[in-house]
Amino acid sequence: MRVSLKWLKDYVTVTIPPADVAERLTMAGCEVKGLETIGGEWENILVGQITAVNPHPNADRLRRTTVNLGKEQQTVVCGAPNVRVGDKIVFARTGAKLMDGHTGQVFRLKAAKIRGVESAGMVCSEKELGLSENHAGIMVLPPDVPVGMPLTDLIGDTIFDLEITPNRPDCLSVIGIAREVAVLIGKAVCLPEVKYEESEPPVSEQMSIEIVAPDLCPRYCASLITGVQVKPSPNWMQERLLACGMRPINNVVDVTNYVMLEYGQPLHSFDYHTIGGRKIIVRRAYEGESIISLDGVERALTPDMLVIADEKRAVAIAGVMGGANTEVSDQTTAILLEAANFNPPSIHSTGDVLRLPSEARYRFERGISPELAMYALRRATQLIVELTGGKAAKGLVDVYPGKKAKEPVTLSVDKARRLLGIDFGAERMVRTLKSLGFECEITDSQIKATPPYWRSDIRLEVDVIEEIARIIGYDKIPATLLGEPLPKQTPDPMPGLKREVRSALVAYGFTDVLNFSLTGMDMMNRLMPEPHAIEPAPIRVANPMTAEMEYLRLNLRAGLLAAFAANRKHEDGSIRLFEMGKVYIPRGKGLPDERENVCGVMGGFRLEKSWQESEPLDFFDAKGVAETLFQRLGLEAAFETSSDDSLHANKQAAIIVACEKVGVVGEVHPRVLAAFEINEPVYLLEIDLRTLLPLSMAQREYHPVPRFPAIVRDMALVVDSGVTHARVQSIIKSFPLVEKAEIFDVYAGEQVSVGKKSMAYRLTFRSADQTLTDDDASRVQEQILSKLIAEVGAVLRG
Amino acid sequence: MFVGTEMLKQLEEIKQKAQQEMDAVKDASALESWRVRYLGKKSELTRVLRGLASLPIEERKAVGAFGNELKSHLEEVYQLKEMALKEAQLKASAAREVIDITLPGRRLPVGHLHPITQTINEICEIFTSMGFGVVDGPEVEWDYYNFEALNIPEGHPARDNMSSSWIDHKAEPGGRRMLLRTHNTAVSARMVETLRPPIRVVSPGKVYRYEASDATHTPMFHQIDGLAVDKGITMADLKGTLYEFARRFFGEDRRVRFRCDYFPFVEPGVEMAVECAVCHGGGCRLCGNSGWIEILGAGMTHPHVLQRGGIDPEVYQSYAFGIGIERLPMLRYGIDDIRLFYGCDLRFLRQF
Repeated sequence: MRVSLKWLKDYVTVTIPPADVAERLTMAGCEVKGLETIGGEWENILVGQITAVNPHPNADRLRRTTVNLGKEQQTVVCGAPNVRVGDKIVFARTGAKLMDGHTGQVFRLKAAKIRGVESAGMVCSEKELGLSENHAGIMVLPPDVPVGMPLTDLIGDTIFDLEITPNRPDCLSVIGIAREVAVLIGKAVCLPEVKYEESEPPVSEQMSIEIVAPDLCPRYCASLITGVQVKPSPNWMQERLLACGMRPINNVVDVTNYVMLEYGQPLHSFDYHTIGGRKIIVRRAYEGESIISLDGVERALTPDMLVIADEKRAVAIAGVMGGANTEVSDQTTAILLEAANFNPPSIHSTGDVLRLPSEARYRFERGISPELAMYALRRATQLIVELTGGKAAKGLVDVYPGKKAKEPVTLSVDKARRLLGIDFGAERMVRTLKSLGFECEITDSQIKATPPYWRSDIRLEVDVIEEIARIIGYDKIPATLLGEPLPKQTPDPMPGLKREVRSALVAYGFTDVLNFSLTGMDMMNRLMPEPHAIEPAPIRVANPMTAEMEYLRLNLRAGLLAAFAANRKHEDGSIRLFEMGKVYIPRGKGLPDERENVCGVMGGFRLEKSWQESEPLDFFDAKGVAETLFQRLGLEAAFETSSDDSLHANKQAAIIVACEKVGVVGEVHPRVLAAFEINEPVYLLEIDLRTLLPLSMAQREYHPVPRFPAIVRDMALVVDSGVTHARVQSIIKSFPLVEKAEIFDVYAGEQVSVGKKSMAYRLTFRSADQTLTDDDASRVQEQILSKLIAEVGAVLRG
Repeated sequence: MFVGTEMLKQLEEIKQKAQQEMDAVKDASALESWRVRYLGKKSELTRVLRGLASLPIEERKAVGAFGNELKSHLEEVYQLKEMALKEAQLKASAAREVIDITLPGRRLPVGHLHPITQTINEICEIFTSMGFGVVDGPEVEWDYYNFEALNIPEGHPARDNMSSSWIDHKAEPGGRRMLLRTHNTAVSARMVETLRPPIRVVSPGKVYRYEASDATHTPMFHQIDGLAVDKGITMADLKGTLYEFARRFFGEDRRVRFRCDYFPFVEPGVEMAVECAVCHGGGCRLCGNSGWIEILGAGMTHPHVLQRGGIDPEVYQSYAFGIGIERLPMLRYGIDDIRLFYGCDLRFLRQF
């Protein structure tokens, strides 16, 4: 909402600078987003009239111009093509600050001799005044402006660009803002005096109004003005409309807009003679009914929309937009003027369905007070009579089925103190409320506060408390720390696990990224080497912004692979990325299962790029990350064969903790990589944190630090190449004296026969309660060997 | 002439000779052969001292004492030389082993926490230290918790500022609809329903708007919502809590402002702003010439919201606040495009 300070001053005497007004409005709830000053720097700039234009003795293109400034005459050298005797123009004396018409730079005007002729100042273009980009000629003012008037007084103004919150439709008006300003600066509001002659036969004899849908129309008021002459409205009104961002149309429509801006009540003018049967019916639209709205578009209506109709047809979409069939035109001679009140949700839904934003709708859907209608109607009738030469019919029509008694809100002084944390005292509260127009009655420690008619937002005690607090000032409220005892918390362990996993992955060189949770079918398809339907079908957004944002992701993989590919365009070293976030698994009914996941991708080299060689990553780097991570979490992870479609068939493993699958690690399937335009191996690690969470919470087991020394023995075996490390290790570790069995070499090649491989283990023997002898170790080692021979056909390598 | 006198003379000669030869020793092998010659089992000294037995008792004492003295003297000479040689060798090898210490080290890969993650962690730490618990709620939410429970019925103008992405789903009982939550206050609406006072929780998370991306908007972003419910919680407590948050997040000397604002789920409503760090209140492009940067919305929880959750607003008072996360690192680091947070670009993320 744009409000002109000049207009505001019609209702309240503003004695403080506009910036201070803006500050107080902002603090009290009406945020001033911008303060535009028109003419703030126009010192030494005033209205002049050109009385003579003579040729310049030394230049063909320049003229010697005489300017009358009222008390004096000045000679100015001017080169503009449109200098004309008699025109009112803008004259700048030396010392004025202007903008250079060519460079746009601000300069201070000095006295100058131009080609030998003294020039006492300048006749200005709009650009030089900073008003517009127009520098084609000098600015010509309307003929009725007084000569010698400072330009600031003529067109200077300050515009407050206000952000009005949805609860304050009363502030969508100049008077509403004037009321706020008056309270905030301690002044009184002075409303326009509304008086006009009612000379024609009563409205009630010429018009009937019927509200068929009182649930959607609590009030309908109308007046009738005959003998009007439709023409452009006067300059002052046009200027005010323009300053507030509205386009002038004609004197009738402009009055309705002007009064809407002034009072906050939308009005509508009908050409009285086009209304069939001299009857207005406020009803729901009929099935299949349509109307051509004022913007020339045919609108299909539905029975939940409210219309203003005559005997035969709809003539307006109530509260949203008028109809073309009853529009005021140059030929109009009689006006039926409407000021009504409509049900806010109904107006919102009608406007929404028809995709019709309008100033009227904006105000109605915020719930303006029905009381406002009559005040605004009288004001508009007065202005139409004044501006069109029309005559008002006697009386006004007022159908008011939704009239409600004024309900006072009871406020306990103690409750205000308890809620705000400060005691402002009953007397000060009442004074504040009265300044806002409340009627107050004090009984015991309670205030019965009846809100003024224009406030539709005050219903509860807390609403009144806010009024008191915002006017006295939120800055008067002290800042205290919560004094209440700390609530018992049962902390959710998930944030802790997430933080632990995040910091571990960052320590292993992975960078934390964020992708949108919404994705496209194309991205999901890229994860499948063989096309097939996605199971489960992802959750779809009913109103997707784009095809790339149509579905909720089922996993974090696609976003990470796309991020890997994008980074590869500018990174030639290793890339390690991870994302932690929710994936959304549909559940048939009800809200989806939102599972907290973490996924990492890595590619490139083991070490950062340097002047020394580094090995390229392989599967065991990714597995190593998983192992290191689980070790850090105090968990033992096992790895089993797995069959994840998006991963390389033979280079992937399921991660098992305490017999539960918590994730997967592997090399991304080459066809998937190709779909993401990645041409290098990428390894992926994915963990379902929800499954991991209970496992990660298991209490760690403490084992005393060993007191007795260990015996270490190496053992090399030859086995069939299909025998896994896990199998061999589990056999070795089945002996209680074996503390560790670490593999340190795997070999297949010349010295081993085909189909066989050699595996070398370092065994650590230790007893918890005695020092082992070499004989003890040898005995166990022999037992291990015989078990290995028996179970996996191992042969001791010589 | 005593035999002993002759032996003493021999010992004196050994001493002289040993010293002379030691002066010529330049390396470890020469030192070793010197040791064998003078301190070994077959050394001249040993040979001479073996003759002691043939001396009369008086002479044996005198010569023996001198012989022992000489032996320990030679041992000392040997040790000194050995140390000197080692020292020289260390110096020599150090001189040989010169490296270019300006060459880059062998670096481990370094990861970075996303600035949004860092900011959420930082804010959660501040609030947990004030006794708040951290809670989570669904991102796909019922319209009830996102709107109705928060005093935003169908047709309320506040809905226009929160265009929603609705979920395509089968009809649900009661006509309830799913959407991507538009604000984290939905979590607070659930907490009012599931927890009983005293309550003090914050909930960080993702929120969604049906909005195209530009430098200041993305269809998904992050918020942290806070809620406190207890018998005597006041607006002064709200101010104190949020000022303390601002002091710890922005630093001691940033001015903070509390002004009246409107949100359907609080009354009185508050908007908090901090002094613009660029112009310090003077007005600049970043703060739209106001000198202030809005950082959060807050207020005393609306009685209807508490009632819907089954908490009696006559007994309990409550405050709530909601902080937009992205804005904070943008202000702190001077990031001018919110889309960078969702670009996964290492060149951006490595800076945090």
